[in-house]
Amino acid sequence: MKKKLTIFLLVTTITAISFLTGCGNGTKSESEHGTDIELLNVSYDPTREFYVEYNQLFSKYWKEKSREDITVTQSHGGSGSQARSVIEGNEADVVTLALAHDITAIEENGMIDSGWIEEFEGNSSPYTSVIVFLVRKGNEKNIRDWEDLVKDGVEVITPNPKTSGGACWNFLAAWAYEQQRNGNDEEATKEFIKKLYKNVLVLDSGARGATNTFVENRQGDVLIAWENEAYLSLQEHSDEYEIVTPSVSILAQPSVAVVDRNAKKHKTQEVAKAYLEYLYSDDAQRLAGKNYYRPSKEAILKEFSNQFDLNINLVTIDDFGGWDEAYKKYFEDGAIFDEIYEE
Amino acid sequence: MEQQIVKVKNKKGVRVIPGFGLSMGVTLTMLSCLVLIPLISIFVSASHLNFQEFIEVITSRQVVSGYIVSLSCAFFAAVINAIFGMLLAWVLVRYEFPGKRIMDGMIELPFALPTAVAGISLTFLYSDQGWIGSLFAQAGIKIAYTRVGITIAMVFVGIPFVVRAVQPVLEKLDRQYEEAAMMLGAGRVYTFFRVVLPELFPSLLAGFGLAFARGIGEYGSVVFIAGNIPYKTQIAPLLIMSKLEQFKYSDATAIALVLLLLSFILMFFINSLQIYMQRFHKV
Repeated sequence: MKKKLTIFLLVTTITAISFLTGCGNGTKSESEHGTDIELLNVSYDPTREFYVEYNQLFSKYWKEKSREDITVTQSHGGSGSQARSVIEGNEADVVTLALAHDITAIEENGMIDSGWIEEFEGNSSPYTSVIVFLVRKGNEKNIRDWEDLVKDGVEVITPNPKTSGGACWNFLAAWAYEQQRNGNDEEATKEFIKKLYKNVLVLDSGARGATNTFVENRQGDVLIAWENEAYLSLQEHSDEYEIVTPSVSILAQPSVAVVDRNAKKHKTQEVAKAYLEYLYSDDAQRLAGKNYYRPSKEAILKEFSNQFDLNINLVTIDDFGGWDEAYKKYFEDGAIFDEIYEE
Repeated sequence: MEQQIVKVKNKKGVRVIPGFGLSMGVTLTMLSCLVLIPLISIFVSASHLNFQEFIEVITSRQVVSGYIVSLSCAFFAAVINAIFGMLLAWVLVRYEFPGKRIMDGMIELPFALPTAVAGISLTFLYSDQGWIGSLFAQAGIKIAYTRVGITIAMVFVGIPFVVRAVQPVLEKLDRQYEEAAMMLGAGRVYTFFRVVLPELFPSLLAGFGLAFARGIGEYGSVVFIAGNIPYKTQIAPLLIMSKLEQFKYSDATAIALVLLLLSFILMFFINSLQIYMQRFHKV
């Protein structure tokens, strides 16, 4: 009896250990013999639907081109935490994240070669989006532009820029609007932003969470959201919401990059690069437009002129001196975003 | 060592699990891999900061307010849990009614349910548009996105601790004590506070401590219902997450370290009190 138990304990321990150490290696062995390639695309929340379709498109293209079968696995989550997971050992071959800042963080860990932002066209942003408002049908509070969001009694939903990449774009869009309106008076803009965030009812930790708060829990009068995210909500509940495009917005540029260190290790450099390059093909650009992302190619974007408001006055992150500078000035601890909550 | 083992053997006779060496070895290995090493790594990671930076991080106004929100809400949640948990245990132990088994099983649901699911459904119910929240909203009380909401989420995740701590003690408690007290002329209130409660108190305290500690660290369910407004409804674990999102690992672990120490002090205090009470009671 005693012996049996000892043996049982030993066996379970050994199997447990071998199982735990074993499964880490299991997935990679396949990609090494070349016929069946696996690619891991680590992306952020609202691209899920787009990449499901794009992966089919790409594997068809790649099969024709090189006669190799390819399986692309997608992973989605908040952009910042996805970047962190890659740094901490998630073996992504490519990352397609919400903002360049998150990819730069991976670069700083030496996993992506510097200069990645030049590697593909348009700052390595194959598709873009803009920041818009989603309001409830009828638009009772008559929300037309950013200045309506600071009025008394208007309840705003937007995520926290400190935990959500998307929310940084929202903040900067509002900032850009007020700067243009008051002629670059920074103190006045701070006041404006302060008032705006006073009206924020819930500061969710991520963009999907904010959409949930607005749509499912019916909180607030207006959700500041990415255009593609707003369209998705509209698609699901078309008779409950309206999209309002403000007079000034920011061009949200989600960035893509090959994670060089992982791709080298998996010997997937070539296909990883092709995967991102093909995002710029006409078919893929149209697919992005279909999923409510703005195609970066002008000609294809024009095809969607019914869907998107193309006359919107857009600033870009370069107007803020790039992400590194913008992040330091607005979102670091103790920077402007923290300031506006100080009493 | 040898002597001690022999002693134990003589005292207790045959044991079910074989070999002190083997079982102790397995215990220590598991404990190190799963508890000690991860905890030590927090210290190591936080030590990347020098003392001044460390103090700066943990005393910044947002972080301090995060601690206050987490601690105060967890405290109130634990108090509520202690009261209602005891009542629940009482009902489950002392009465027979249809569906008792099911109710007993349901106590553990908060353990089994992913906390995010709990958070989302609680928010849905308690927002001013939700079933329960709308009733309170008519009276002008907001639950979701306030500290009340945070407390409710913490009550939810903490209730099993109290029930499961009190239940076995209550089961063993001889009813004759109460009968005797009643016969000797004690009223209900007197009997409860002077006869029943002292017996239950150590286990109640243990449940309270566990629920309190769980509440301090709770993240998954609370973020959804909290509103997360700085200085108002931002909990400490959320600040840890936001530091991580900014890739500030050392800052995050510094905040975590303080939470860990707070929980440790709390548990230490509660356990000491419990031991003291037990001794005191025996004398």
